[in-house]
Amino acid sequence: MTAGLVDRILSGDVRSAARLMRGIEDGDREAFDTLEALYPHTGHAYVVGVTGAPGSGKSTLVGALTAVLRRGGMTVGVVAIDPTSPLTGGAILGDRVRMQEHCTDAGVFIRSVATRGWLGGLARAAAGIIHVMDAMGKDVVLVETVGIGQQEVDVTRLSATSIFVLTPDSGDAIQMMKAGILEVADIFVINKSDQEGALRVKADLQSMLNMGGPSSAVRRPPVLLTEAFNGKGVEDLVREIWKHRQTLVSDGGLRKRALERARLELAEAVESSLRDLIDSGLDSAAHERLVEELTERKISPRAAASRVVGQLTRPPQ
Amino acid sequence: MSPKRKLRVLVAKPGLDGHDRGVRVIARGFRDAGYEVVYTGVHQTPEQIASTAIQEDVDLVGLSCLSGAHLFLFSEVVRLLREKSAADITVIGGGIIPEEDIPKLMDAGIKAVFLPGTSLDEIVQWTEANVRPVEESQEPAR
Repeated sequence: MTAGLVDRILSGDVRSAARLMRGIEDGDREAFDTLEALYPHTGHAYVVGVTGAPGSGKSTLVGALTAVLRRGGMTVGVVAIDPTSPLTGGAILGDRVRMQEHCTDAGVFIRSVATRGWLGGLARAAAGIIHVMDAMGKDVVLVETVGIGQQEVDVTRLSATSIFVLTPDSGDAIQMMKAGILEVADIFVINKSDQEGALRVKADLQSMLNMGGPSSAVRRPPVLLTEAFNGKGVEDLVREIWKHRQTLVSDGGLRKRALERARLELAEAVESSLRDLIDSGLDSAAHERLVEELTERKISPRAAASRVVGQLTRPPQ
Repeated sequence: MSPKRKLRVLVAKPGLDGHDRGVRVIARGFRDAGYEVVYTGVHQTPEQIASTAIQEDVDLVGLSCLSGAHLFLFSEVVRLLREKSAADITVIGGGIIPEEDIPKLMDAGIKAVFLPGTSLDEIVQWTEANVRPVEESQEPAR
């Protein structure tokens, strides 16, 4: 790591930032050192998560949101996540197809990221990549998850505002969404709303959301109609994002979410350090013997684990 | 944490040519070889392609052109990458390209040209032999 590299990223240099993101994805130690040097300069970007079923139009909506934010004079980072093939480890990252109008705009930085086996709709490197865009000075970072079902709510932990995208044919599915994303999204969008059924889905969704609780103090997430393809409804969506931010600022939610995010990042960092410790501290021959004993049922997984932990925590001779 | 370097590739169609069957097959072939493949769709300008290659920090750009404008479009992508201090990104091309144009493309900095009939294996083998994922913490060439 060089101070030059940190300075270049802080001044917004795309090539250096893109290379650093690559290092973070690949688990390169020096990249993490650089990320650490950038960390004090992060925490300024407003992070918005965009999630929803495959084909609901997330990428097009992210492109349309970018256009509106740019018209408002804001710089934008986009982290677009697509799945990695479990068979080959390869990935086709095609979210950009719907956002290419922005790719020569110096105020926009789009990065495609593969999940590399990470579950929950994100990639392991997502948090780090968001930090880099934040350090580059992007005002807003839009995070687009892979197409998800109901349980993948990780993006809500990284974002200040989370948007869940549905389509007019999601009708029946809503009834099934008893838990998960429905409980944690901040704004709901019914995209492709020119198609039949949009208003019914909106009504279903609102009645579902109203079951949330009796208190009038609880914020009811708004349900908006958009046609991301031609930008219809997208300015309203941006207004709702800022309204939500206002709510978070006034009710202390922003701080609460920042704390939650920090807690999660700490837990992940501890976990990853422990994994390093385990990898470096294990006697691999002894470990293999243990695996064999386990396979032959000579020892239980729990007993084997406590033997491993005992080895790792024994004070140095 | 053991670094696992993955090859990143951009496949793109420059210019006014909407025939994307070939480039999709190539993208799929690269994915099956274990690479991360960024696909940007049709009708891309050389500026869009160069800018995408840099934002995505790819090792390889594969261009497909069936319209006959390959000489200008391919060379322009290479020129723009050099202008943006990204000459270390390898550029290859394919499509309907007359044999006599191949030396001109090579002179312009295109590292390989694949004509119709080339197998996916051949392209992947060429890539394995000629393109390496960026070295550990290698800073971009300035």
